[in-house]
Amino acid sequence: MLWVDKYRPRRLDNLILNKHIGEHLSQLVKTGDCPHILFYGSPGVGKKTLVIGLLHQIYGDGVEKIRVETKPWKIQLPSRTLEVELTTLSSNYHVEMNPSDVGNNDRHVVQEIIKDMAKSRPLDIQGQRSFKVLVLNEVDRLSKDAQHSLRRTMEKYSSACRLILICNNVSKVIDPVRSRCLCIRVAAPTQEAIMSMCQHVAGEEGLKLPEGLNTRIAAASDRNLRRALLMLETCRAAKYPFSDDQPVQLTDWELYIQEIANDILGEQSPKRLFVVRGKLYELLTNCIPPELILRRLMLELVKKLDDELKHQAAQLAAFYEHRLQEGQKHIFHLEAFVAKFMSEYKNWALMAFG
Amino acid sequence: MAPSLFDKGKQKSSEAHSSSEQPWVEKYRPRNINDVAHQEEVIRTLEKALQTSNLPHLLFYGPPGTGKTTTALAIARQLFGPSLQKARVRELNASDERGINVVREKIKGFAATSVGQPVEGYPCPPFKLLILDEADSMTQDAQNALRRTMEAHSKVTRFIFICNYISRIIEPLASRCAKFRFKPLHLGVMDARINHICSAEGVSLAPKAMETLGKVSGGDLRKAITCLQSAVRLRGSTVEPATILDVAGAVPGGVTTSLLAACQAGTFANIQEAIRNLIAEGFPVQQVLLELQTAVLAEGGVRDLQRARICHALGEADKCLADGSDEFLQLLSVASQVQQTLCSTA
Ligand SMILES: Nc1ncnc2c1ncn2[C@@H]1O[C@H](COP(=O)(O)OP(=O)(O)OP(=O)(O)O)[C@@H](O)[C@H]1O
Ligand SMILES: Nc1ncnc2c1ncn2[C@@H]1O[C@H](COP(=O)(O)OP(=O)(O)O)[C@@H](O)[C@H]1O
Ligand SMILES: [Mg+2]
Ligand SMILES: [Mg+2]
Repeated sequence: MLWVDKYRPRRLDNLILNKHIGEHLSQLVKTGDCPHILFYGSPGVGKKTLVIGLLHQIYGDGVEKIRVETKPWKIQLPSRTLEVELTTLSSNYHVEMNPSDVGNNDRHVVQEIIKDMAKSRPLDIQGQRSFKVLVLNEVDRLSKDAQHSLRRTMEKYSSACRLILICNNVSKVIDPVRSRCLCIRVAAPTQEAIMSMCQHVAGEEGLKLPEGLNTRIAAASDRNLRRALLMLETCRAAKYPFSDDQPVQLTDWELYIQEIANDILGEQSPKRLFVVRGKLYELLTNCIPPELILRRLMLELVKKLDDELKHQAAQLAAFYEHRLQEGQKHIFHLEAFVAKFMSEYKNWALMAFG
Repeated sequence: MAPSLFDKGKQKSSEAHSSSEQPWVEKYRPRNINDVAHQEEVIRTLEKALQTSNLPHLLFYGPPGTGKTTTALAIARQLFGPSLQKARVRELNASDERGINVVREKIKGFAATSVGQPVEGYPCPPFKLLILDEADSMTQDAQNALRRTMEAHSKVTRFIFICNYISRIIEPLASRCAKFRFKPLHLGVMDARINHICSAEGVSLAPKAMETLGKVSGGDLRKAITCLQSAVRLRGSTVEPATILDVAGAVPGGVTTSLLAACQAGTFANIQEAIRNLIAEGFPVQQVLLELQTAVLAEGGVRDLQRARICHALGEADKCLADGSDEFLQLLSVASQVQQTLCSTA
């Protein structure tokens, strides 16, 4: 088991970070009438961990008997029958799913699951709750259609089913849905908190983690705890005993984007653009999200630019990322960004150096 | 409601505690139009309808949590009473299939059945009520199809359209309805409703708590009630303003001040760092943009042209966010433009 999973606290009481949110949540559960909840925050800050703890707090051990099922759903629509295959994680009390797994049909699937849950709601024996919980990961990827469909559903089925929604980008969740939830912001741990967490895990593993390495891991993690723990584990695999000046490895795709940035800055020509296009395509086929590519690429470029060009790069990245969200083919917009940036860069270089 | 989904026995057994497990927003949803706060104009029209047993087609629009759905459901109940709801009232919302043919068929079927006997004690006018909630998520085509259906059945059906944005409803539909805007319930007007809930739940508000509630909810009473309930659950039955700010996820004032300071400091590295932290803290960027605007407008020593440029940039970014753009990139781009504007002499 990876350390990130091995050392994931499974009870609100055992949280190491976000303790205050944990306390809030257990208070909220005590009275029984807990509202729909939306957790938002950057990746790897502990949202999912809070949800796991919260579910346990609500239902007790039974919620940990989890079935992972991939089954075909037949959904009867007025005009046709929709067949989708969907993987859900569920216990007797809750169901968890990633709406983005079902693409355009997310609306029907989510509605079907909620109705299904409402039908089989647990009876209130021995203090169990009479509602089930539907956990929706990545609601920011839920289509607008599906989000709208949740509105009345969240009200009508509120006594049978509570929603727990998780997302990174809360701007992508429509206002009426936010208005129906208790929204909980999960802030990223500070660099110090990440360091003490890494120390803690190293201690549990019986390892001695030098201060210097720990500091560099925390800095490279970008306040993402999951990333930090993964890096720590990679360092362990690379070399032990640790040395203070041991390099912290970036992931393959990050190195690859560094390479692309160097390509762009090295030469600005149609030929080079063609090479870069191939590399971008490679990243996309490896399922690296296009907005992540663009963000990372911009940040890599910015490291090596003059202030004037930094502004250019940042504004162009925002412009083309917006296009990318509106458009269909991601590669077009990534390539357009590179082409535009190359041209701006070349102009600037000509002005500066003649 | 969709009673078919629950078998009767189960529904009964859960009713006993459903009131304690129901979120307050549902528990205190007004069942009578007279309990709907701050929407006098529409209430007056509806009261008249109750007296005269006549009702125009209606269009309710306005921001979330202002009482649109509540009002529609309440008037339905008051017109026909609980026992006739199924026969006389149909609610279609965004969770229902609303393609062109489906809408046409459903409405046809619904309108075709006879209106049946009125019941004692309710006006029971001789028409049926079709509530199309969240109508702004219907396609233009479906709306166009509705237009004819509406005409064909106008003798025996009345429509209530509900939406957030009236501009998303096609003109031919909108023009057939009496339109009512549901106003945001700002500071002061939500007091009565909140006080009512507080006394029913045995909650007391610390000084300034009501004001804070009004501020964070931005006119959305549902949000105010959810915040109130969460605050009570967290800190007990005396609600302090700080708790409300906490549960509402408000962006603390210091955040925008330091972002603006970074913009004025003059190097790109400053804003990059400020925004990296702001995103890591998880603050909702749309909220940050709004407060940045307030801060820029209040800032002395900024020329009008600069202000205009900045507001333009903020507006564009807000639109991009609504389209689903990346928060980090949009905020960085805005801050970059603000910095360039503030540091330029033009
Ligand atoms: N004007 C009001 N008077 C009294 N209570 C209100 C009012 N507006 C909202 N509420 C409270 O907020 C809750 C939500 O209101 P409602 O469902 O009518 O919102 P809506 O306007 O339909 O919003 P949306 O656009 O999100 O569907 C109600 O259950 C009620 O508790
Ligand atoms: N509160 C916490 N205390 C200790 N470790 C945590 C905590 N929250 C998260 N972690 C660690 O960080 C990892 C990533 O957290 P996760 O909850 O999956 O993040 P998110 O859902 O926000 O992406 C977890 O696997 C766990 O090891
Ligand atoms: Mg996660
Ligand atoms: Mg509504």
